[in-house]
Amino acid sequence: MKIARIALPLVLALVASLAVTGCKHKQTPKTTMLQDHPAATGASSGIPENFGAKPFNPGDNNITATPTPTPTPPYTGGPIDTSTNWDPRTMNQDPSKLEAYTVHFKLDSSVVETSEEVNVAAVAAALKADPTAKLLIEGHCDERGTEEYNRALGERRALALREDLAKQEVSPDLIRTISYGKDKPVDPGHDESAWSKNRRGAFIWCTPKTADTAPAAAPASAQ
Amino acid sequence: MLACLAAVSTVVLAQEVAQAQEGPIVISNSTSAFLQKPIPVSLEGFTSEGAQVLKFDLYVQGFSFVGPDTAQYIIKGSDAGNITGSLADKFAKNTLFSKSYNGASLRRQAHAFADDITTAIRGTKPIGGSKIAYKSQSAVGPGEIFVADFDGFGAQPATSDGAIVARPAWLPGHLALYYTSYVRGNPDIFFHSLSNGQRRVFAGYSGLNTSASVSPDGSKVAMILSKTGSPNVWVCNADGSGLRRLTKGIEDSSPCWSPDGQTICFAAKINARRVLAKVSAGGGEVQRLSTAGAPNPTEPDWSPDGKWVAFTSQAGDFSICVVSADGKVGPVTLVAGQNPSWSANSRTLVYNRGAAGHQRLAVLDVFTKQTRDGHAASGSNSEPAWSR
Repeated sequence: MKIARIALPLVLALVASLAVTGCKHKQTPKTTMLQDHPAATGASSGIPENFGAKPFNPGDNNITATPTPTPTPPYTGGPIDTSTNWDPRTMNQDPSKLEAYTVHFKLDSSVVETSEEVNVAAVAAALKADPTAKLLIEGHCDERGTEEYNRALGERRALALREDLAKQEVSPDLIRTISYGKDKPVDPGHDESAWSKNRRGAFIWCTPKTADTAPAAAPASAQ
Repeated sequence: MLACLAAVSTVVLAQEVAQAQEGPIVISNSTSAFLQKPIPVSLEGFTSEGAQVLKFDLYVQGFSFVGPDTAQYIIKGSDAGNITGSLADKFAKNTLFSKSYNGASLRRQAHAFADDITTAIRGTKPIGGSKIAYKSQSAVGPGEIFVADFDGFGAQPATSDGAIVARPAWLPGHLALYYTSYVRGNPDIFFHSLSNGQRRVFAGYSGLNTSASVSPDGSKVAMILSKTGSPNVWVCNADGSGLRRLTKGIEDSSPCWSPDGQTICFAAKINARRVLAKVSAGGGEVQRLSTAGAPNPTEPDWSPDGKWVAFTSQAGDFSICVVSADGKVGPVTLVAGQNPSWSANSRTLVYNRGAAGHQRLAVLDVFTKQTRDGHAASGSNSEPAWSR
C-alpha cells in the first residue's frame, strides 16, 4: 500500500518526462477529437438532428404562457390602448367592405395626408353606423426600407390612422392595429407605381361571429 | 498529461504571436486607419472540401492566399480522410502548432483547424462551430426560421408554420432562439428551445411584438412593443417579469445590447429622420449616436468587444456600415447589404445582400472588407443572427 502510494507519482512523472522528451525528438501531431454535433455557442448540449418545432397549434396550452403585463405608465403622445376586451382574431374579418378607403402614404412617412382624410371620414362614418362593428388596421410599407424598420413604420402608419379616427370621435378601443412591414405588398413590382400602392393602411371590418361559426376553442387572446 | 502539456504550450505561443503581429490596435479618426491589410498565408496540401472550408473561414477573418514565397504564415497539411495540419511562422521560422483532427465531419474538422489558425495568429475568439439563424422565404410573404452553420451549410428549418416570421435572436450560450411569428395572426415574440423543439409565446401583447434581443448575460430581453400607442423599446427579465418601457419616441426599432449589458442601442426617428440612439438599460435620457455621412441608419448591432456598432445605412441602396460605439470613429461604409450581425470574434459579420425578394446571406470581415456569399440557398434569406 505504502509502496504503491509513493510509486504512482513516480511512475506518472516518468511517463510525463518521457512524453516531453519524445516531443523534442519527434514532432507528434496533437489530436483534437470533435463531437458529432458541436454545440452552437459553447453550450454543453449538442444540436439534435431535427430540432424543428412541430406545426404550431393555436389551441396549444403552451401559448397562454405570456408574460404578465405590469401596469403601463400613462402615454402622453397619443391614445392609450387600455382595452383588452376584444381581439380581431376572434371575429369575422372582412377585408373588402372598406377596401375602397385604403389610405396611402408618402415614402418613409406615417403622416396621413390631407387628400386621404376623405377615406378616414368614410371609415369613421361606417363604424358609427354599426355599433357591433370593430376595426383592424393593417400598416404596410414598400420594399425600400429594412425589414424591422418597416415593421415599426407600418405599425406607426396604422396607429396614425387610429389617432386620426379618434379625432373623428371613433373610440380607439374599437380599433386594433397590425403591421406587416414590407411582407405583404399588393403589387410585387419594383417601381414607383408598385411602391406607391404598397405604402398603405388597409381597414379590415370586424364583426362578431355568429354562434355556428364560432370556433370550438378560441385562440388565446393577446394581452 | 501529454495533451495538457501540449495545450499549454500552444496557448503560450498563440499569445506571443498575437502580441508580436497585432500589437495594440490604434484607432484614429479616419477610414484608412480603420482598414487593415489581410495577412498573407499559403495553403499547401489541401485539395478537397477541407480546402474550401479553410479558404472561406480564413478569408472572412482577414487572411489572403499567396504562394509560400510571399506568405507570412505557411499552412500545410492534408484533407484526405481527416484533417491534419500545421501552422508555421515564416519570419520567426518556427512551427506554431501541428495537429490532427478526428470525429464529426471533415467540414467540422476544417472549421476547427481554421479556428486554431486564427486563434494562434490573431488571438480572436473561434467562430468555426458557430451557427446562424435567419428568415427564409420562398417569395415575399410567409417564411420559416432556419438555422445553419455560419457559412450556410447544414441549413435546417426551426419552424414549419407557413407564417410570416422575422428577426431571430439567440439566447447567448444556448441552443435557443427568440423570433417574431405571425402564426397566431399577430406579430408575437416566441421563445424556442432548439434542444427539444419546445416553444412558447414570450410577448403577445396587443399590436406589434418584435425585434427581441437578449442581454449578453441572458438575464434580460429588449424588444419593440406598440401596446401603448407607439413602437418603442421595452425591457423585461428573461422570465417575462418586470416589463418596462424604456423609450417614448414616435417610431423605435431594433434594440441591441452593449456587451456589459448596461446600454441599449436602437434605431429611432427624431424630427422625421432616422437616427441611432442609446439609452441606459435601466431607463433614462436617450442620446444620439452620430452616424453623420451614413444616412438613415437602422438595425444596429453592438460588437462583443464593445468597440463598434454595425448598422444598415440607406441612401437609395442599403450599405453595411460600422461606427465606434462612442461615435468618435467612422461611420465607415463597407459593402452593399443590410441586417449586419457580429460574430464572437468582433470582426466578422453576417448580413444579407442582393435584389429584393432574392436576398442572399453573406459573411464580411469588417477590417479588410473581404466578403463572401454563404452556401447557396433557395428563396430569399435575410435577418441573420450569429450565435455567440
